[in-house]
Amino acid sequence: MPEGKRPRWLVFGLLALGLALLPFLVDAGLGRSWVRLIDLALLYVMLALGLNIVVGYAGLLDLGYVAFYALGAYVYAWLASPHFGLHLPFWAALPLGAALAALFGVLLGTPTLRLRGDYLAIVTLGFGEIIRIFMNNLNAPVNITNGPQGINLIDPVRVGDMSLSQTQTLFGITFTGAHLTYYLFLLFTLALIFISMRLEDSRIGRAWVAIREDETAAAATGINTRNLKLLAFAMGATFGGLAGGLFASFQGFISPESFNLMESIMILCMIVLGGMGHIPGVIFGAVLLTLLPEALRYTGDWQRNLFGQIYIDPADLRMLLFGLALVAVMLYRPAGLMPSARRRREFADAAE
Amino acid sequence: MSALLAVKNLSVAYGGIRAVRELDLEVAQGEMVCLIGANGAGKTSTLKAISGLIASHGGSVHFDGKSITRLQAHEIARKGLALVPEGRGVFPRMSVAENLMMGAYVRTDRMAVSRDLDHVHALLPRLAERQGQMAGLLSGGEQQMLALGRAMMARPRLLLLDEPSMGLAPLMVKAVFDIIRHIAAEGVAVLLIEQNAHLALKTCVRGYVLEHGALTLAGPAGTLAADPAVRQAYLGEGA
Repeated sequence: MPEGKRPRWLVFGLLALGLALLPFLVDAGLGRSWVRLIDLALLYVMLALGLNIVVGYAGLLDLGYVAFYALGAYVYAWLASPHFGLHLPFWAALPLGAALAALFGVLLGTPTLRLRGDYLAIVTLGFGEIIRIFMNNLNAPVNITNGPQGINLIDPVRVGDMSLSQTQTLFGITFTGAHLTYYLFLLFTLALIFISMRLEDSRIGRAWVAIREDETAAAATGINTRNLKLLAFAMGATFGGLAGGLFASFQGFISPESFNLMESIMILCMIVLGGMGHIPGVIFGAVLLTLLPEALRYTGDWQRNLFGQIYIDPADLRMLLFGLALVAVMLYRPAGLMPSARRRREFADAAE
Repeated sequence: MSALLAVKNLSVAYGGIRAVRELDLEVAQGEMVCLIGANGAGKTSTLKAISGLIASHGGSVHFDGKSITRLQAHEIARKGLALVPEGRGVFPRMSVAENLMMGAYVRTDRMAVSRDLDHVHALLPRLAERQGQMAGLLSGGEQQMLALGRAMMARPRLLLLDEPSMGLAPLMVKAVFDIIRHIAAEGVAVLLIEQNAHLALKTCVRGYVLEHGALTLAGPAGTLAADPAVRQAYLGEGA
């Protein structure tokens, strides 16, 4: 492998430089709206990493993951917006949202401990819908969530006097809000990647794999299957809650609309498509599935350039191509685009 | 009282249906005991209740003088009871080496673990050759050996074996039972559950016969093997 021969610091240095310059390159090359999309992609990377702990490591199929995203977002909105007149700083509101999400992760996990596979998926799906419907209806008799209208004017993240929603000039360089948000999200994403990597290599990570493989045998080797499954739910939910809080601060507005079932499925698609249980694959899947649908919006322009007129509405064509791409990947790369060595072997065995 | 494992009045029920009724059973330190019975007699339910995988309906289980009746499966495993579940129960997508190391999951004495690993490799040379291979790709007999090896890695005082001969070719059955005998000779007590009564009674010192969830006979293996009722029902001798 040529990569192995290159000094590690050089690879890391180039990667760091690339990540630092990315928003400026994207801004110059593709336009400002794409910087916001990169921010969004980072949010999805965080979500996908969280769901990867539950589904990829512990093998618990969770179709209601977006509920934790929603909880994190709502807690942040309650604590930092005119809705309740509270304006806590982000470093207080974010952890509270993540903690509440973790608590709900355990609350959801407890009744599902005996369930596996399809049954677990149905129960978690129900949980995701319950949270969304609650958010939709908790505006009377006491207005907690402001119902379908959602919560508006959520505080952006402020570091000292600097608001991440406004353009700032630092060291003679102009950073827009989207640029600054990128660096904040990148910081959180890197932290979550680090935590995921450490978990994967730990005793906890090995116990999760054992539970995924054979729960009875795992218990027989002395693994506390109940606590470890709950830990997986709680860890995944923490990541989701954190991403939710960041999302609320980034958008400035949230409503139940943003947290529907489609969102859960999309996050699941990211990890399945990228390579379940494999951190680089999960990151790749999340970035690809955030940016691809956006790129496919340009199919209208392509049609006009090719044929002089638009035959198929880009909005329809976009989902059609997106669906085809998913089917193609699952047919030709069933273990995902960047699977872990273990998963590649699993699928190789299954094919025999 | 000297019994390592003492089961008293154990009952197991699924819904309203009693699978095991008031079963008494003992295994002494280092003893090899078998529980034989036909399909559906309640053998696996008994073993699962002892190892904490299912809740018992009544009765008590004591290990080394202490009650483990209400403990969970992982707590019981940590006390030194190693279960080799029915159908092998290896982790199919882990390598042979990873499977063995999972057996030592709760242990922190690294030096001793690595000595035990060498010991298991010496006992099971076929596994030593296949360390990097996926457990799911091993033959049935090799998987059974791996399950035994993994159980040994926990350094158990009592080995609970659920149908180790199931689905194996006769030659493999012999190899697996040779290993079980070897393990027992090292001082590990064994509670063996078998449909193959002939083999079980030949291997063990004492035996229990389970029928429709209740014990019908108990005694030295030789006496049971000579018992006309056992011979007729389990050893394939016509009336």
